[in-house]
This record gives sequence, structure tokens and C-alpha cells, in this order.
Amino acid sequence: MENSTIIQVNQLHKDFHVGEVTVRALRGIDMEIHKGEFVAIMGASGSGKSTMLNILGCLEKPSSGDYQLDGINMGDLNRNELAGLRNKKLGFVFQAYNLLPRTSALENVELPLYYNSKVSSKERKERAKEALNAVGLSDRMHHMPNQLSGGQQQRVAIARSLVNDPVVILADEATGNLDTRTSYEIMALFQDLNDKGKTIVFVTHEPDIARFTTRNIVFRDGLIKGEHPVTDRLSAQEMLDNLPPDEDVDVSL
Amino acid sequence: MNISNLFKIAINALRRNKFRAFLTMLGIIIGVASVIAMLAIGEGSKRSIQQQMSSMGTNLIQVMPASQERGGVQLGNSNAESLTLKDISAIEKSCPDVVAVSPELRASGQVVYGNENWPTSIFGINDQYLNIKKYDLSSGRMFTENEIKTMGKVCLVGQTVVEKLFGKDANPVGQNIRFNKVPMKIIGVLAAKGENSFGRDQDDIIMAPYTTVQKRILAIDYIQGISMSAASEQKADAAITEVENALRKSHKLTGNDNDDFRVFSQSELVSTFSSISNVLTALLGAIAGISLLVGGIGIMNIMYVSVTERTREIGLRMSIGGRGIDILMQFLIESVLLSVIGGILGIILGYLASNLVGSIMGWPVYVMSSSVILSFFVCSAIGIFFGWYPARKAAGLNPIDALRYE
Repeated sequence: MENSTIIQVNQLHKDFHVGEVTVRALRGIDMEIHKGEFVAIMGASGSGKSTMLNILGCLEKPSSGDYQLDGINMGDLNRNELAGLRNKKLGFVFQAYNLLPRTSALENVELPLYYNSKVSSKERKERAKEALNAVGLSDRMHHMPNQLSGGQQQRVAIARSLVNDPVVILADEATGNLDTRTSYEIMALFQDLNDKGKTIVFVTHEPDIARFTTRNIVFRDGLIKGEHPVTDRLSAQEMLDNLPPDEDVDVSL
Repeated sequence: MNISNLFKIAINALRRNKFRAFLTMLGIIIGVASVIAMLAIGEGSKRSIQQQMSSMGTNLIQVMPASQERGGVQLGNSNAESLTLKDISAIEKSCPDVVAVSPELRASGQVVYGNENWPTSIFGINDQYLNIKKYDLSSGRMFTENEIKTMGKVCLVGQTVVEKLFGKDANPVGQNIRFNKVPMKIIGVLAAKGENSFGRDQDDIIMAPYTTVQKRILAIDYIQGISMSAASEQKADAAITEVENALRKSHKLTGNDNDDFRVFSQSELVSTFSSISNVLTALLGAIAGISLLVGGIGIMNIMYVSVTERTREIGLRMSIGGRGIDILMQFLIESVLLSVIGGILGIILGYLASNLVGSIMGWPVYVMSSSVILSFFVCSAIGIFFGWYPARKAAGLNPIDALRYE
């Protein structure tokens, strides 16, 4: 594994003000993520892991502390520069897929490239097709989201996160809406992408999903409670092959 | 972010929601079309009244006799014999703003040709009368100075008289008819003029030299009225003053003597009718304005709802790199496209609806370019503003809040 740092976080705090009450969601986080890692951020709900991911995704600014993404200090950037950073350096995969309805898979994948004026429309199409190819959906390019199963929709979302060739993919409970089998399929896809060198940060509260990653960081009450490399890493593809065939029905539509 | 990408994004977004886009446009279409149609009907009726009025001659001035006093006794209007041919020459001499003047005598009676007869009126006039009253000759000629001087037994006949005596489309020039037993030769036929705005048939008429009517038919030495044209509509008021002065002088009225004549001008009548139809136009305009308002509220609603409903989409677009300005521009382009397309469709529909109403109801319609421009811009402005305003709010949202929006 290469040792170049993609994400560097120092003493990160995030407070939310809800009326009179101040909720301290993050209370001093130090974290480093290197190129090629597949990190699971774990923790119960309210532990601050989603807030952490939002800050890593440049969707929210920390109250204090430093965050460097690929050598860029996000504290120095304004709203528009953050949007540009998201467009060029980050890929998001959401629990609810967040695909545009009544829009073909291909167009959904193309979307981030529309906001990059350097990409021509020809290149945009090609890269979107490539990304769909990479997630195994080249035969579903012109399907609308409502014609796709949950797993397929999530693959489209993953293709969308890949299309701008980001330095890191951020996934928020990406298997949360899927059944076991489809979850394994998605995790197999993530593992495959990771094997090809993609850096992935994956938020989950399911310990067995976290075992597909390379390193686990556990959050509790806004602090990192523990951190350990995954020694007994599972292969999602093998798990998939071992599933009994009678569970082979995709009901997530 | 380049503008052509933004246009593609906006067009894709509209394509995805064709029905919503159609509903939004419908508000604009109905608003624009109703304003155009309403104002077209109002303006059309106003113009048709004005046209009828001016076909009677907008610069027409008429003098009628008024009550005379003889030894302190008022004689009443109808028996007045105050106007004479001397007044005609007085007006010709001293009224520079009057361009044509004719005496007017009228007798009712039965006109006979062969075994046909018809009750009608004969007008005693001079050779200027056709110009003054906007009559045209369809065939034949006007009577000459000499025929006027010699009380020539010649006449012009209107289309209704021709039809009753000779049958439709006959050419009776050269035929002899009798009016109240006076034989007269037809030397000309008047072109059809139709009914006037009071419903009187203006073609049911015979015209003869005023001398002929005065001496041979009525046997009187006064005249019943004077018709004249002012140089223009604007000069009508000046002409009236001149005529009044000339007549007072010719009638030797001084100081506090009451006028023994009355002067009417057509333009007074025109302005009365115009103001009535202005009220009509204003009324229709008000109704149209309300429909514009209702249409506008519809546009606001659907624009506002569509932006609110798409908050998650906005959040997603932000998370993949859309800046606030990109989001704002997308919604602005969407609403501009909707408003402009809807506006154009509304203009077409309004125009068609106006003409349809015009042809089915037989109403005169006139599409004013000012109403087209006004309604188009009002609707577009509403559409664009209410597309822009909620979009601006959305563009200012935190991406996280927009993504989580339920």
C-alpha cells in the first residue's frame, strides 16, 4: 500500500446550535487516510460518524480544526470553491441512491461532468459509459431509475461517483437500503474498485459490512473510540458465491 | 460552468417533467391569451363605432332652425323658418374653416315608376352634399350648377329606392320617376351606404337640387337645415364658432338675443360614443387583468412548489459540484424558457381566440399590439420572478439540509 496521505484531519470539532442547546457532534478528531485504503467509519447513531463524512465530503465546514484533502486545506475555501472541490476530487454514494427520477442511468452518471466545463459533451458521454461499464451496468444505460432494482440503482450511483475520477469515494450507509445478497454485491463492487486503487471511506453501523474493508475507525460520542486494521478481511464475492441459492431472489425493487 | 451546459441541464429538467412544465405554461398561456382576446373585443367594438361615426363624416356640422320670437311670442323649434339661402352665402363668405356647405330640405312622399311605388324621402341639396355626407355615386352624374339654378327636374336615387322600383342591380339612369306627382329624370345612382348607427336606412333616399325641392315640391322660401364640413376634425370647434357668428350677423341678432338656430357637430357624438366604448374596453381590460392575476398566481404556485419539491435534487446537484449560481441559473433558465414559450403560445392562442369570437359572434375584433406586449411581459415577468425567487432560496441552502429535505 502506498503511503501518500489523501485525508488529514487534526483536532476537528463540530458544534450544532439547536435553539439554546449546543450539540457537540465532533469533539476533537484526528484522522489520516492514505491512498488505496478502504476505511469503514463505524459507530451507533449519534456518534458523529455521518457529520464526519459530511465534513470529509466538503458539504459542511467544521467549527474548528484542520482538514486537508489531497493537500488542499478546506478551511481556506469559500462555498463555490468547495463545490468545485466536490466536483473534481470527491464521489458520493448515498443510502437513498439520490438518482434523478425519469432520467436514464447514463444521464444520471453524466451529471457531475455537466458541472465541469472542461469536459466536452463527447468526453462526458464516453466517461459515463466507461463508469457504467465498471459497475457492470453497460446493458442498462438507457433504463430509468424506476426500471432498475435497488442494487442496480446503487450501482448507477457508484458509477456516478466514479465518473469524475475522484481521489476518494465517500459512501454513507450505501448498503443500508439493500437486502443481504444485494449488499454483498455492492460490497464486492467496492472491493473490486478498491483493488483497482480507489480510496474509499465507508460509513456503516453494521459490523459484518465493515469486515469487507481494510481498516475500521469506531466513533462514539464525537470521539474516535478505537481504530484497527481488518485482519480477517472477508471477500464479498466469496460470500456471495456461498449464499444458498434460495435467497437468490432480488426483492429490493 | 458554461452556459450551454446550463441550458442542457435546464432543458433536460423540463423534459423530465413535461406535465408540470405544461401546467406552468398553461397559466401563462391563459393569462396572455385572455388579455389579448378581451382587449381585442373591446378595442374592436370601439373602432367599429368610430368607423361608423366617421362614415357619417367626423367633421360634419349641421345647423337646424331653433325657436324664433315674433313680438315676444316663442314659435317653437319645429315651425321655425329662420334659415334661408342667404345664410348659406354668409357661411361661404365668412367661415374659412368650413370647406363645403349645402342647404338641406327634406320632403316625404311616394315615389312612382310604372306600376311600382315606394314611400321615401327626397332631399334638396347642392352639389357639395355628397362630399359632406360621404355618399358616393355608383353610376351616372351629379346635377350641374345650371340644373340647380333652373330647378331642374333631375334626381339621384339610393339603392333601396332602385331595388323597390326597378329590382335589384338594375341601372335606372335615364328613367323618369314621379315624386309626389313631380316628374323627375334619374341622372345618377348612389352607392350603397347601409344603415347608420341609429338603424336608419341611408339608401332609402332621393336627392334633387335644393331649388327643385324648395319650389316645386315644398313651395317654401326658407330652408330646413344646413350641412357643412369643417376643414378637419380638429378645426370643427373653430368652424362652429365661425358659423354661429356668421348666422347671428346674418340674422341680425345682437346682444342678448337668443340664437334662432342650433349648431350640432358630429365629433361631439363621436366622443360620446367613444367614451362609452372606452368604458367597455376598460371593463373587459379589468376582467382580463383579473385573469392575468389568476394566471400569475398559478405560475407562482407551480414554480414555488416545483422548486420546493426539487430541494433534494438541488442538494444532490450541490453535492456533486453544482455551485449556488449554477443551481440558480438552472432554475432561472427553466422559468425563462417556460415563460417565453408560454407567452408565445398565449399570443397565438389569444389571436386565434379573438378571430374565432369575431367570426362566430360576428363581433368586430382588433388585436392591439400594446395588449400583446403588455400581457407577454407581465406574464413573463411573473414567471421569471417566481422561478427565480424560490430558486435563490434553494441555491442558498446548505447542501446537507437540501439533501435531507423531506
